[in-house]
Amino acid sequence: MEMLAVDGRGENALLIAPTGGGKTLAGFLPSLIDLAAAPDRNGLHTLYISPLKALAVDIQRNLTTPIEEMDLPIRVETRTGDTPANRRQRQRENPPHILLTTPESLSVLLSQPDSFDLFAGLQRIVVDETHALVGTKRGDQLALCMARLSRIAPDVRRIGLSATVAWPEELKAYIAPDADPGRVTTVNGMQAKQAEVRLLATDESLPWSGHYGLHAVPEIYREIQQAGTAIVFVNTRAQAELLFQALWHANEDALPIALHHGSLDRDQRRKVEAAMADGKLRAVVATASLDLGIDWAAVDLVVQVGPPKGVSRLIQRIGRAGHRLDVPSRAVLVPCNRFEVLECRCAIDGVAENTLDGDPPRPGGLDVLAQHVMTLACAGPIHPGEIFAEITDASPYADLPRDTFDAVLRYVEDGGYALKSYDRWKRLFHKADGTYEVSSPRIAQRHRMNIGTIVEEALLKVRMRGGGTLGEVEEYFANMLEPGDTFLFAGRMLRFEAIKDMAVIATAAQGTAPKVPAYMGGRMPFTTHLSDRVRHTLSDPSTWGGLPDTVREWLRLQQWRSVLPGDDGLLVETFPRNDKEYLVAYSFAGRNAHQTLGMLLTKRMERMGLGPLGFVASDYVIAVWSLKPARDFAALFDEDMLGDDLEAWMEDCSLMKRTFRNVAIVAGLIERRQPGQEKTGRQVTFSSDLIYDVLRRHEPDHILLQATRQDARGGLIDVGRLAEFLTRAKHGIRHRRLDRVSPLAVPILLEVGKESVYGDAEAQLFDDLARDLIDDAMNVDTQGGLPL
Amino acid sequence: MTQFADITLNGVRLQAWADGSLYWPDGQTLIVSDLHLEKGSSYARRGQMLPPYDSRATLERLDRALTGRAVRRLICLGDSFHDQGAADRLGGDERNALIALTEQVETIWIAGNHDPAPPPDFGGMVVEDLVEGGLVFRHEADTQTGWGEISGHYHPKAGLSAKGRRLSGPCFMEDGRRLIMPAFGSYTGGLSVLDPVYRPLFQTGFRVHITSRHGVLSVSEDRLRQSNRAEAGASARLLRR
Repeated sequence: MEMLAVDGRGENALLIAPTGGGKTLAGFLPSLIDLAAAPDRNGLHTLYISPLKALAVDIQRNLTTPIEEMDLPIRVETRTGDTPANRRQRQRENPPHILLTTPESLSVLLSQPDSFDLFAGLQRIVVDETHALVGTKRGDQLALCMARLSRIAPDVRRIGLSATVAWPEELKAYIAPDADPGRVTTVNGMQAKQAEVRLLATDESLPWSGHYGLHAVPEIYREIQQAGTAIVFVNTRAQAELLFQALWHANEDALPIALHHGSLDRDQRRKVEAAMADGKLRAVVATASLDLGIDWAAVDLVVQVGPPKGVSRLIQRIGRAGHRLDVPSRAVLVPCNRFEVLECRCAIDGVAENTLDGDPPRPGGLDVLAQHVMTLACAGPIHPGEIFAEITDASPYADLPRDTFDAVLRYVEDGGYALKSYDRWKRLFHKADGTYEVSSPRIAQRHRMNIGTIVEEALLKVRMRGGGTLGEVEEYFANMLEPGDTFLFAGRMLRFEAIKDMAVIATAAQGTAPKVPAYMGGRMPFTTHLSDRVRHTLSDPSTWGGLPDTVREWLRLQQWRSVLPGDDGLLVETFPRNDKEYLVAYSFAGRNAHQTLGMLLTKRMERMGLGPLGFVASDYVIAVWSLKPARDFAALFDEDMLGDDLEAWMEDCSLMKRTFRNVAIVAGLIERRQPGQEKTGRQVTFSSDLIYDVLRRHEPDHILLQATRQDARGGLIDVGRLAEFLTRAKHGIRHRRLDRVSPLAVPILLEVGKESVYGDAEAQLFDDLARDLIDDAMNVDTQGGLPL
Repeated sequence: MTQFADITLNGVRLQAWADGSLYWPDGQTLIVSDLHLEKGSSYARRGQMLPPYDSRATLERLDRALTGRAVRRLICLGDSFHDQGAADRLGGDERNALIALTEQVETIWIAGNHDPAPPPDFGGMVVEDLVEGGLVFRHEADTQTGWGEISGHYHPKAGLSAKGRRLSGPCFMEDGRRLIMPAFGSYTGGLSVLDPVYRPLFQTGFRVHITSRHGVLSVSEDRLRQSNRAEAGASARLLRR
């Protein structure tokens, strides 16, 4: 009802409510009332944008039912990448009242010259799951599209629907028509009851290392048995496959349990979702592919296997259970190793205190801007000054300097190279009146086919020999397979036979030692907030009450054998092992920052003549091994590594090359592979790595290299967090010289051993190594009792 | 790693260099393949604005390859120009560099599928193929013959994992009988040596010599396949020694 009051005053609204609060329908209420009052209205009235195609389809169903029951003259249609061409054409000629779409499809619509007519009478924009879009490239694209819509239809009102986030002002600015949060009114939906979250108690003692949670399968199965319907969330697709397989083996009651992740065939995923909606499943093992989406009333338990990574993320996942607001959501966390116990425990405390976390949105990507400028030019002549005013109304670009915009425009025009050799082939034609227009219809056509900001790895379909398609795997993974190799996919054990017609041909296989798909993704670092909580818990034994006995014992041993990492400063342990010198730093800066730190530390150790041999990093710690022991830790962890050392390393690292490739595709420097024009085996395209090298050498300040550095610093290289950590370290490095590995260092050293694990023989080797390490750490050679 | 790998092809001693060139000491001949000059502008013509520095970068590398070795003759194994209009699009500096090059060494342009008729403007001699001293130079390998054949066309590349580090790049591919050269051009992509396309050419296995900034790495086909399998389990990063 408050929604209607806000709308009645002509304001923009941000509706914040947990999933299942009926917030999507609330977002449509003003539109429905408007439309019911004007039955003869023609043309598009409301545009709904969702990050998920499936959600648009589901909303259509949910809207159509009440509209038909009340016999309202309102037409609701969806438009996504799956919409057939003839229907798209009809939608442009005779638009529905309410159009449900995605950021990508909206961008394609806005690239058409007739978009000015299509959206001229638009009244409302409804953005669903806003929290999931803000701060992403898709969110940047949508913000730019909304700025264009406001220019076509200045009176359009915006309604954002969102889960609660840690940065409400930024969220409001995103919804605001001119990036001013003051122009958006927040409406708080009914709050859900405090969730009941607990740590899973297992019979098995907790593993030191490992990320799959297979030790807890019997207990997870018991939870599923006792629940009505459960979602079992994991963090990676590989983990989803393994856990699903293990649960299936444990499934003595033959409960209907399904698998859902982003690599599975779309039809398969739809089937699982439909079965879930119909209440036919007892559990589904899922990745982030089910983080958003259709509400399933029946789900009454969420199982999170592996680290939650953040409090906000956990709250959103928990929100997938218990869709009645009067019943609390129930969730159980399953840590896969000892450090994860700490993380899970801290996340549970965070949920209880409702402390939200996660980074505020970063500034908009320049690659997305370049794509959008071309999109606008495809719709009609653009005037630089007007376009600049338009795009800076979008919050991600509100602070964009004019000269950066001009550089982007020059890039769109002819590549923007200092060497003006492409004058002849400009993509934009500079007209006498100061506007730019696309130089040929063919260029506009090709641009439309490349709209979008999601860059996927090259994928191959997985097909059963003489059967249907199961899903897709990354091409690099397929290339590793040899005929006869077995791997888990779509919950089945498969044998690789061949690659044929851009598909992996597989047959059913038996056996127990599959090669697990080494999928990308799922490697996000844990939040700073959670990191602070874990550090605090470690430093304060009075908070250990909620931890399992094995973990408490482990921490006490650490206290005794070394020392616990404190709330501030940095604990560094060094010890000899197998003729090598190990250094373990308890830096808690997250996986990405640690990877960067590892590269920089080893470079520095090389210069110090310590002979570094390698490093391994987790979310919590980093371990480096070398021929000689490090001694000067202040010099080793000095902040100046973020200067020349970082620059030198970034220039040439593979993360930068991968980031460049994505930037180049979004910005239109490299085209996506279109279906049907895949390389036939003989034809080879160019390599984005080589383009990166050439560009870096000849024009290091090119706008696309700037965009690449901006992306990489915030993302995989995570310079921000590394800087925070180094500042903290400056205020006190405590060094402990040990004669052997400390209990807290065992998990990371076990990660070192994993690097060569493959097949049965190596698994044995790994077990041996693991036992060896644990004995070493726990071995007590004095006669005194443990301080337990 | 070393800067070049010794290869014996049909009894002739050759050196596969880390920069992607092949050196024939007894013939004082340097061989490169698939320069694809002006590939960047070829894409720009169609609206894809690749950086216009590829020809310059390729010619600079070629110039470096020619210095420091006794080279009397240069053989370019075809696809030297990305398309028939490429020569006209070359910038003034690149054009001059190319002319200076052909004045410096005897240059043989072998015709490729991208440049069936390489332009005569830059000096040197244009031929379909060349037979000399137990070696046959042509653009695309011929399944019928093979002894001593040196060709390009396919842009072979290979990847290898050792101690947690992955090394991949353009490579020479040979079995002592025939050799396929890596592409020398700056924007040239590659086709994995594990692709079935190569099978009819190397029926009894092959060796690859992977080029990189650090040197050349030679491995057998078996070792390569083995390493690619082990990759699936790799998780930690190790530094190069």
